[in-house]
Amino acid sequence: MTGNNRHLVEVRNLSVEFHTQDGTVQAVRNVSWHIDRGETLAILGESGSGKSVSSSALMGLIDIPPGRITSGEVLYRGEDLLKASYERQRELNGSKIAMIFQDTLAALNPVYPVGWQVAETFRAHGVGHKEADSRALELLERVELPNARARFNDYPHQFSGGQRQRIMIAMAIALDPDLLIADEPTTALDVSVQARILRLLKDLQRERGMGLLMITHDLGIVEGLADRVAVMNGGEIVETGPVGQVFNAPEHAYTRNLLNAVPGRQGFPASAPSDERRDTLIAVRELSKGYPSSSRSPVVMALDRVSFTLARGETLGVVGESGSGKSTLARTLLGLEKASNGTASYKDRDMLQPTSSDRTVLQRQIQMVFQDPTASLNPRMTVEEIISEPWAIHREILPKKDWKGRVGDLLEQVGLSREHAQRYPHQFSGGQRQRIAIARALALQPEVIICDEAVSSLDVSVQAQIIALLKSLKDEHGLSYIFIAHDLPVVRSFADRVLVMRKGQIVEQGRTEDLFTNPQHPYTRELLQSDPVLGGPVAA
Amino acid sequence: MRGYIGSRMAHSAISMVGLVVLVFFLARLTGNPVDIYLPIEASAEARTAFSEAHGFDDPLIVQFWHFVRDLARLDFGMSLRQDRPVLDLVLAAFPTTLLLALCAMFIALVVAIVSGALAAQRPNGVLDRFVNVISLAGASLPNFWLAIVAVLVFAVGLRWLPTSGTGGFVHWILPVMVLSVRPCGLIAQVVRGSMISAMSSAYVKTARAKGVRRTTIIFVHALRNAMLPVITVAGDQATGMINGAVVVEVIFGLPGIGKLMIDSIQYRDFAMVQGGVIITAVAIFALNIAIDLSYALLDPRIRYS
Repeated sequence: MTGNNRHLVEVRNLSVEFHTQDGTVQAVRNVSWHIDRGETLAILGESGSGKSVSSSALMGLIDIPPGRITSGEVLYRGEDLLKASYERQRELNGSKIAMIFQDTLAALNPVYPVGWQVAETFRAHGVGHKEADSRALELLERVELPNARARFNDYPHQFSGGQRQRIMIAMAIALDPDLLIADEPTTALDVSVQARILRLLKDLQRERGMGLLMITHDLGIVEGLADRVAVMNGGEIVETGPVGQVFNAPEHAYTRNLLNAVPGRQGFPASAPSDERRDTLIAVRELSKGYPSSSRSPVVMALDRVSFTLARGETLGVVGESGSGKSTLARTLLGLEKASNGTASYKDRDMLQPTSSDRTVLQRQIQMVFQDPTASLNPRMTVEEIISEPWAIHREILPKKDWKGRVGDLLEQVGLSREHAQRYPHQFSGGQRQRIAIARALALQPEVIICDEAVSSLDVSVQAQIIALLKSLKDEHGLSYIFIAHDLPVVRSFADRVLVMRKGQIVEQGRTEDLFTNPQHPYTRELLQSDPVLGGPVAA
Repeated sequence: MRGYIGSRMAHSAISMVGLVVLVFFLARLTGNPVDIYLPIEASAEARTAFSEAHGFDDPLIVQFWHFVRDLARLDFGMSLRQDRPVLDLVLAAFPTTLLLALCAMFIALVVAIVSGALAAQRPNGVLDRFVNVISLAGASLPNFWLAIVAVLVFAVGLRWLPTSGTGGFVHWILPVMVLSVRPCGLIAQVVRGSMISAMSSAYVKTARAKGVRRTTIIFVHALRNAMLPVITVAGDQATGMINGAVVVEVIFGLPGIGKLMIDSIQYRDFAMVQGGVIITAVAIFALNIAIDLSYALLDPRIRYS
């Protein structure tokens, strides 16, 4: 690159390492990319790939120590920001280069009103209090925060995730920056909200001509939004180029694997022939769950007359956005919540008010795998203790002398090794932890496993591995799954039948292929269109 | 909010009932006051007359009933030793203790917050280590030792300040300083720990990305979030002070509630001890409610209902 051909931002051969207790970790190695005004560059990578490091360096957000920049330059309009003073960096941050983050609940200060926080961007760069407030209000209205004027002094926790992201965006675009960095801006959001946020970002970019740097793990977002993409793996950029070119003809093996791992691109799963009459395991009729009303609001129906059946060997997908009642459904079936109305039976045993002998059977035959394996595995117990704990309760399954051997077998079945039994959960990656959680669920040889967002917190390629594991376990053990997820492509690639939930009701149910190719309910159609992988490009 | 305060006051009232019972009967376990107040050779008539005059001859349960009945009228009885209403004596002593506690707490908080917050900016840096050592020493040194050393150095040695007694502003300097050292050390440690985690939070990163000035980040963004555990510890320390900064008041001869109580216990001045404990308890209950409410002021996510 010659000097006269100057980019808005250019990162050259950046290498950063972090010193940790376990030694030095190379976060990124020789990373180079550039971006101009009006352009959208996506940095695509899984967790630990180092995709956020170069943008943090650009904003001076790398803490030194433990971080150390070993080589490279980070140029903003030709000025190397790695050599900039603290004050110079502070001047640029927020005014020329701005950033929005993934976890908006944590990224907004919980103890100050949102209006104050948006106005702070102005105040930090020399705008007076009064003017800052009025311009902040204009911005909140521009990003279409509902009822912005009345809610100016509300606090972050009083908004929804999508609204909080709008507030973050307002804060970031306040001073018309040249470059907006969006670090996983929609990962925590529902698909339809995600689509609206991405559209807003795209509109703002067009309106203001800023460069947009998207840091994401989501191939759908890259495809729908970006002009160019840089694929990162293990701290290095393995491939870069225009999105169409990289996605249609990936050159690097990692990119190819990543593209193949994305659910929802392949054909539908060969669902078991439905004409063959299979016995029903779980039958749910008119199940309702209302939360008691406070004096102000009416009864909230978390489940509203839900009816469905689960057949032996079937994978039933349950999709819906947050608050649709999917998790309440799982919790009610497991007896963790009390139903207000309706019936649910497992092989003619009442699931809602089981006799004590029925309860023992139910607790054994129906297992659960939760979303967050970090939170659901006890950090003070070894893997062996975690997996063998159910046998201490259901003693008839396995005599104590066989526990150790069986734990090893289970670990091997879920793709871990016997030696892992003595370790603690924190010594594993997220995907491995979810494997442990699955091994724990399998320990009682159940007939049904309920997976509540079991792969949502995992990287795409890990997600694909876990799904493949669940599939093979299903064939081996004759399992049935109730697979709850907000991620439509995952459900499409895994479920035989799908229920679509909204506000506690099932709006549509049917065979996966029928439902995805020919959705009947307008809400299902809206969901499918919002999805960056399944739907069209976000913005033309 | 009003409902919350009401229910907290109701809870305090329940604790209060238990306290009244305990205080009354525990005091009676320490021995017969007649033996202490009258000379050992006092005649039987004199003993009976003293007992009758103060109601010590009634059955215990009747004495308790009279005690409770008087309490309901805010009558805490007469001090045996000084022959003045208990309430007057306690109310006369309270301002001294309150002033002492308030000044000590204010100084402790200001010093602890500033030094703890600055120490947290570079964990294990030079300033951090310095603050750590000093605050640990402050939290560990006993009051009576500090008080005596302070008197030796500043009053006896340098002759800058009076050794004890009341009079003017100068009389307050040593007691307040001595009393503030321990809470200051403890609070500084909590502020440091709490600030380190606040400074590594996502909202501080956001503020840095916005280009907010460093002092604003530390003292506006991080500090308010770091204050909850600080308030808890500071409240605990303040409670201890209202309870009577006994050692400091005795050493410096300040007529506060702590000194009053110690004297009363020594003389088995039942009415005085009972009254003092109950009135102090009311002040502590009030302080605790105020602390809980201050959580909600600091953090809008905490709402009481």
